[in-house]
Amino acid sequence: MTTTHSAEAGAPPEDGLQAHFDATIARDQRIEPRDWMPDGYRKTLVRQIAQHAHSEIIGMQPEGEWITKAPSLRRKAILFAKVQDEAGHGLYLYSAAETLGADRADLTDRLIEGRQKYSSIFNYPTLSFADVGVIGWFVDGAAICNQVPLCRSSYGPYARAMVRICKEESFHQRQGYELLMTMMRGTEEQRAMVQDAVDRWWWPSLMMFGPPDDSSPNSAQSMAWKIKRHSNDELRRRFVDMTVPQAEKLGVTLPDPQLRWNAERGHHDFGTPDWDELMRVIKGGGPCNAQRMERRRSAHEDGAWVREAATAHAAKQSERAKKETAA
Amino acid sequence: MSDDHVYLTLAEGHEDDTRWAYGTGFEDPLHGVDTTVPEGIDTGRLAADCVALADDALVSAQRLAEWITRAPELEEEVALANIGLDLLGQARLLYSRAGQADGTGRDEDAYAYFRDAGDFRNVRLAELPNGDFAFSIVRLLVLSSCRVAHFHRLTSHTDPVLAAIAAKGVKELTYHRQYAAEWAVRLGDGTEESHRRMRRAMDQVAPYLGELFTTYDVRDEVVADLRQVTEAAGLPMPVYRPLPGAGRDGEHTEHLAPLLAELQGVARAHPEATW
Repeated sequence: MTTTHSAEAGAPPEDGLQAHFDATIARDQRIEPRDWMPDGYRKTLVRQIAQHAHSEIIGMQPEGEWITKAPSLRRKAILFAKVQDEAGHGLYLYSAAETLGADRADLTDRLIEGRQKYSSIFNYPTLSFADVGVIGWFVDGAAICNQVPLCRSSYGPYARAMVRICKEESFHQRQGYELLMTMMRGTEEQRAMVQDAVDRWWWPSLMMFGPPDDSSPNSAQSMAWKIKRHSNDELRRRFVDMTVPQAEKLGVTLPDPQLRWNAERGHHDFGTPDWDELMRVIKGGGPCNAQRMERRRSAHEDGAWVREAATAHAAKQSERAKKETAA
Repeated sequence: MSDDHVYLTLAEGHEDDTRWAYGTGFEDPLHGVDTTVPEGIDTGRLAADCVALADDALVSAQRLAEWITRAPELEEEVALANIGLDLLGQARLLYSRAGQADGTGRDEDAYAYFRDAGDFRNVRLAELPNGDFAFSIVRLLVLSSCRVAHFHRLTSHTDPVLAAIAAKGVKELTYHRQYAAEWAVRLGDGTEESHRRMRRAMDQVAPYLGELFTTYDVRDEVVADLRQVTEAAGLPMPVYRPLPGAGRDGEHTEHLAPLLAELQGVARAHPEATW
């Protein structure tokens, strides 16, 4: 990766710069692209924003499968627009990463070569149309829990991208929930489809908040830098507390026998996700990792001639313009 | 925590839920238009015209949807989805109008999901597989050039609903044509490979042009558009030979039935369901 600030980043920080940065963070003010920042802060942000961008792009696949199969034209339009929004989110996020000196083409290569990750949730298959609703409800819901605090992230361009993204995510979540409500009012088969999708997506959705706090290596520094605002476990608990009444209203059962309200703590108690599964999926062993990567890779490779043609045309155009000016 | 409100309102009732199709219905294009079918209009003809135009749009939108997650660049994912959504929106309005005009009261989904290939009236160019990006661009250029010219005429149709649908569509289709034309020029002019692919795409599209010109009286406009683009792109004009059969009579290629099987499969597996 190339960084525009490499000279500064490589040099030992001058006391004044570091102090100014620290004071900005302490005052809850934003760091902007031209401000000095520690190399570690920059790298952490690029890693996080790129991972987030990759997740939006890979996340188009599980739902994108259903655009052509959606069972009504209204649902087809909703889903088509949602997947389009995800491509848009990917674009804003890659742009935010570029303000830190990263290059989109390079980040795409890192994704395709498996050197950067995306959210493990997208390595699970979408087996019925109810999955589209459950992804909206759980996955977009978990994304909102994770991302709403990022609207106050210390890095300005990231925080601003998140404001727009969160608005659209909450829209998607409501669309998903509304689909499930409609299906639950439908046939017995439809209700069974919804429950089956809930059973399959619940635990992977809880894993979206990352490993438990005591084994999350990057969290403490990110919290100190105010890139992250809440711990993984805190966000997970919040997601569970918010989702339980919604499940009741919908009439589905969340697949966790240990799930119950704890009046003393004022939160729900719930079971422990299978962390070995999370690690396996992160390392490439999920049901769809290979398929997701293959699709992204082939789209990129099959499109190479198109991108080359666009570049060649632009170069010829500017060459022709120069000649005209000269003549 | 202060951010909870976004999530907590989820399960509350919302009266506007039926309109929650982002980008697909905030502005009702028929707002203020009297939807009563006017006296003295040939309703059978009106319904048939609406169905044919809707079928072109739906089948095209389905092919565009297949590009999603497969496009050469993220900007193209967004643009192709945008075009697909516009066409899907046109199809929905046109099917609804057909149901009003033919007196059956069928809704958009009845037309889209519960007719077989032989009942579809789209032109065959729309149903051909996507091929490479060059083919999809040339097809989009031809179909949008044709549709925008036809929609221009429909804006003065005696049916005010069809005229309103056409007026909205003209703006959308003008963008589709521009998008396709810009890519056609880039690809025609770009590299040897892209030029070669564009020539091949022109040859592949050529046999299906005749059908467009017999279906719509728009030959002059389409030829003018194609001439402008091919000149800028350094490409020859497509030379078309007439191909027997016509999608407008329900005669299709072998590609339509599998496309419809995918489109209609879930809906037909659960005919009693509501979505």
